[in-house]
Amino acid sequence: MATIPQRIIHDYLRHDKKFPHVWCAGCSNGIILGSIIRAIAGMELNRNDIVMISGIGCSSRMPVYVDFNTMHTLHGRAIAYATGVKLQKPNLKVIVITGDGDCTAIGGNHLIHAARRNIDLTVILLNNNIYGMTGGQSSPTTPHEAVATTAPYGNIEPDFNICQLAMGAGATYVARTTAFHTQETQTMVREAIEHPGFALIEVIAACPVIFGRLNKKGGAPEMMKEMRDNSVPLSAIEKLPPEKVEGKIIRGVLRKEIQPEFTARYADLVKKVQGMGGES
Amino acid sequence: MQQKKTTAKTAAKAKAAPKATVKKAAPKAAPIQTKPETKLEELQSERERKTVLMQGNEAVSYGALDAGCDFFAGYPITPSTEIAEILAAELPKRGGVFVQMEDEIASICAITGASLAGAKALTATSGPGFSLMQEGIGFAKITETPCVVVNVQRVGPSTGMPTSCGQGEIQQSRWGSHGDSPAIVLYPASVKECYELTIRAVNLSEKYRTCVILLLDEVLGHMREAVRLPDLANVRVISRIKPTVPPHWYKHYDENQKYLSPLASYGEGYRFHVTGLTHDQLGFPTNKPSEAADMMDRLRKKIVYNLRDLVQIESYMMEDAKIAIFAAGITARSAKAAVAMAREEGLPVGLLRPLTIWPFPDDAVRKMLRDVDVVVVPELNQGQLVREIQRLHKESSDSKIIKIQRVNGKLISPQEILRKMKGGM
Repeated sequence: MATIPQRIIHDYLRHDKKFPHVWCAGCSNGIILGSIIRAIAGMELNRNDIVMISGIGCSSRMPVYVDFNTMHTLHGRAIAYATGVKLQKPNLKVIVITGDGDCTAIGGNHLIHAARRNIDLTVILLNNNIYGMTGGQSSPTTPHEAVATTAPYGNIEPDFNICQLAMGAGATYVARTTAFHTQETQTMVREAIEHPGFALIEVIAACPVIFGRLNKKGGAPEMMKEMRDNSVPLSAIEKLPPEKVEGKIIRGVLRKEIQPEFTARYADLVKKVQGMGGES
Repeated sequence: MQQKKTTAKTAAKAKAAPKATVKKAAPKAAPIQTKPETKLEELQSERERKTVLMQGNEAVSYGALDAGCDFFAGYPITPSTEIAEILAAELPKRGGVFVQMEDEIASICAITGASLAGAKALTATSGPGFSLMQEGIGFAKITETPCVVVNVQRVGPSTGMPTSCGQGEIQQSRWGSHGDSPAIVLYPASVKECYELTIRAVNLSEKYRTCVILLLDEVLGHMREAVRLPDLANVRVISRIKPTVPPHWYKHYDENQKYLSPLASYGEGYRFHVTGLTHDQLGFPTNKPSEAADMMDRLRKKIVYNLRDLVQIESYMMEDAKIAIFAAGITARSAKAAVAMAREEGLPVGLLRPLTIWPFPDDAVRKMLRDVDVVVVPELNQGQLVREIQRLHKESSDSKIIKIQRVNGKLISPQEILRKMKGGM
């Protein structure tokens, strides 16, 4: 995969149509988009068979820039729209781009039920710990005591562990990485798309302009360094002393197992019912 | 002999079918590619077309199937649940998709997504679910995605009276979603009409690329009547026009097509973008005032330029009427009985009934207001229908309006209409 040229992403962008993009300088979303495109390019998928669906938020602006079948839907509802597309045309690769607020606050219900059904969607959740587009309100993943415009004295709520939530709901591929780890993101996106079932990748993203400023995180480079220094790969945990793991972001594939997939189950049901003959 | 008679009868009925469905100009595109192994025709020919006792909700379900619906996503809610139950049994037999979603919001989203992937998609709900769906209905309308929402009305507001009859969503079905948007809302008054208008709703959604709403009354959804469904050969099915241009010429919202532009599906090589943001002809978001105005104009014009195709009314004994009853749905049945009773007493009473409630039949109502001295408007709400009559009445009419309004779960009887009519004259 390392052989995929950097320039390949330009082949997949809608150049003449919708640029410049809306993301702030230093935002991680473009880096993550690059990883996603390189993963798809490496798989040699027909782009006519890829549907990219998003909700509302900074990360959800992604589909408009890429040359796939794309859909920018309602706040929180991307997974519900994706469920409709996938059920109607199971041969399509359906990728959902969503954010922490979009997917776990307003869209939490759709997330858990899609995970429970184990429908073959690839959900790439860009977690920047804040509502960026509306200017910095607290989200379900804003860390405890972090500052947001709607938590000016520090967030009193505990935050979601999105991967645990997805696993608890039945997702069969769950992984976490950060925007800093572009190769890892690329590998995980590929695995998630190839995985026959509900896949969720939580990509920790930096929002230096809003979350960073409110919480005195420094600029984009400092936040990238924090992702590097403040995360440990799952494979290294056992070798490290507990104090070096405490409070760190755990990166890696947290679950990967094969379970019956929803559209396949539905196809079986259709076959069974049609085999029963014409009685009504 | 019996068979022959049936064919003649159904053929005659087909001739009298709604104008839109027999219009020559109606698009007759190739049927949508659905899942393989579809045994639709086989199954439909098996179904016996004899007179049966049928519920309104059943008629809606079979109407949906006969119109070619192959995707249903829904959530259980009284009094619409039978539609989901019937389609859960019937759709898999035909290779179609039935899915019970986690809520009504997910249901409207799933049918919209499925429609963009090529399905003829439908959902069914009632008041509380209809309220939840409003944002998604707006999305289907702004993205011009065909779909049908059946709303079997119960008494509101809120949970209200789930098993009682109300007509409280006449205005919501027009204005429920935020912003100005096109609205096509059909309103049957009999079980047979439930079947016919469901087919029409699906056809209009495909033709006009919008979310069409079918309003039912709780009583109609659950009431059983003797119905003979027409032979499938006599059912006119309209499917969306598919683009014939190469992908790089494709405009998802083409202004050169009389506002009824071809619609590609995901996975067909037309890599289009769909967004709930105000967009240009290609579907990409825009903030340009001129492009925003064009989009809003397009949404409005596809309704107002096609009123003749969209608006359907029933005019009953109106030729010499000096008193008109204007009523929709189940209330119009009481009204029809009241007309008969009044005529026996020698009163010149007629009935005007909208089958298409939105766009509102302005012209027919204007004519009614010119022709009669008294208009009686019975409805199971606190004045949603009469509001429209008053709007047109203000223009130029001195006829008297008698309101009959009730929201307690009970229907308005013919006797009551007659009594109030006489009392108000």
